[in-house]
Amino acid sequence: MSAFVEMRGVSKGFDSPSGRVPVLADVNLEIARGEFVAIVGYSGSGKTTLLSMLAGLVTPDAGSVSVAGKLVTGPGPDRGVVFQNYSLLPWLTVFENVALAVDQVFAREPAAARRERTEHYVNLVNLGHAKDRKPGQLSGGMRQRVAVARALSIDPEVLLLDEPLGALDALTRAVLQTEIERIWRATGKTVILITNDIDEGILLADRIIPLSAGPSATLGPAVAIEIARPREHKALNRHPEFKHVRSTITQYLLGSSAKRRSARKEQPLPLTERAVVELGA
Amino acid sequence: MTKSNSDKLLKGLLLPLLGIFFVIGLWALTSSTWASALPSPARTWEVSRPYIVAPFEKRGELDQGILRFTWYSLIRVAKGYAIAILIGTPLGLLLGVSKWFTSSFDPIIQILRPVSPLAWLPLGLVIFQKPEPAGIFTIAMCSMWPTVLNTALGVRSIPQDYLNVARVLQLSKRKTLFRVLLPAALPYMFTGFRLSLGIAWLVIVAAEMLTGAPGVGGFLWQEYNALIYEHIILCIITIGVVGFALDRVMWLIERRFKAA
Repeated sequence: MSAFVEMRGVSKGFDSPSGRVPVLADVNLEIARGEFVAIVGYSGSGKTTLLSMLAGLVTPDAGSVSVAGKLVTGPGPDRGVVFQNYSLLPWLTVFENVALAVDQVFAREPAAARRERTEHYVNLVNLGHAKDRKPGQLSGGMRQRVAVARALSIDPEVLLLDEPLGALDALTRAVLQTEIERIWRATGKTVILITNDIDEGILLADRIIPLSAGPSATLGPAVAIEIARPREHKALNRHPEFKHVRSTITQYLLGSSAKRRSARKEQPLPLTERAVVELGA
Repeated sequence: MTKSNSDKLLKGLLLPLLGIFFVIGLWALTSSTWASALPSPARTWEVSRPYIVAPFEKRGELDQGILRFTWYSLIRVAKGYAIAILIGTPLGLLLGVSKWFTSSFDPIIQILRPVSPLAWLPLGLVIFQKPEPAGIFTIAMCSMWPTVLNTALGVRSIPQDYLNVARVLQLSKRKTLFRVLLPAALPYMFTGFRLSLGIAWLVIVAAEMLTGAPGVGGFLWQEYNALIYEHIILCIITIGVVGFALDRVMWLIERRFKAA
């Protein structure tokens, strides 16, 4: 039986003034239905490109992507995407942003049912009180919730999250992490989370997969996270499994970037574990 | 009175008045010294008075109140401007969305754009054989370009994220246009509309001068020929004030859209 979400030998490059740059090379991925998978990697290593191919916004140069047994040839409402920078339409209110998606995907339903569905998802992310506000009047965390509500409202098979919490402060981040897990458990969706924060990946995911440093980045071995849910932010730091997973992923990413650097005949920089945890830096 | 209030009064009223009086003083000085044919401010007011105190009076085809003439001109501008917007907006949208279209038509647009109204008008007369449509044609040809270029810029400046949203939701072409492209480009488009209106009003004088149509520009030229120079100044002031008012109105509309 094939996996619910599957990437087979996927490669992608982009043209640059100095020739074709291979971003991703031979990416293979298998995700079961209902699974929560986190993909972690350095900034600029091609994480967003990987997600865009799952979303169907970018076509792979080679290899295939399939969701629920169907080959991905373009974007579609079976995959809800939460973009890195929220991508809300600033001239629409919170309600209207979600309604745009609902009205499109459930065009056959009567207007009242659509309105109810929109309300439901706005309330699901706790924004009922702000539904008539425009994105410009919302905080970063609230905007992110709208984006999540919009992605969920079309009842997708798979939820694709592209560094959804990257631009938020630590406190808001923690709140939304809890919320994403709650929503995942409530809806049972398959979730793919792209992040540069290993801790976030371990907190939320069933499995965490490292993406090696680019160019020609590829996915490393997945690590299953055997920590019982609900997982507690505070307790997590001392959990032996947490430390184990974290060091495994860190070692892999460090190794991949060191290899990259020596391939370019450069001196490896002294890296501490702390520096790796903040991979974006 | 608080400090900020007095500051507002100074900058909002007193200083502009000072500037106006300075220019009027310079005008009076000029007319009383080396340019003796230039009517003085007092004389201009005296001769123009009947046209200002009875602004809608019609005494003859070319002897009407100044606001009546202005009204004729505004109607003419409105027609030409409407054509410019109706053609310019879709043209700009096409330029914005299609690289093929841009490659094909951008060069010719860049060539037509700087052509003066004085050059378009004779061509309009040749094509339409009548002064009225020729004038409207000239206004449309000259005022279209800011709308075209700003609309194209607006569409090109739409963040890829908005378009990705449309793609993920699989919005139809029509829905993408009306729900995403147009709202996102609207602030740019309004800048174009405002600049276009400014040019349309600028062109009216030239169009009316050459066609002799009744209006503020036609009146100006006729009074020059009739040696009533006071009325030239009256017309210049009227054109300026009306142009300023039009720009302010458009600016207010534009600001509303930008705030949204």
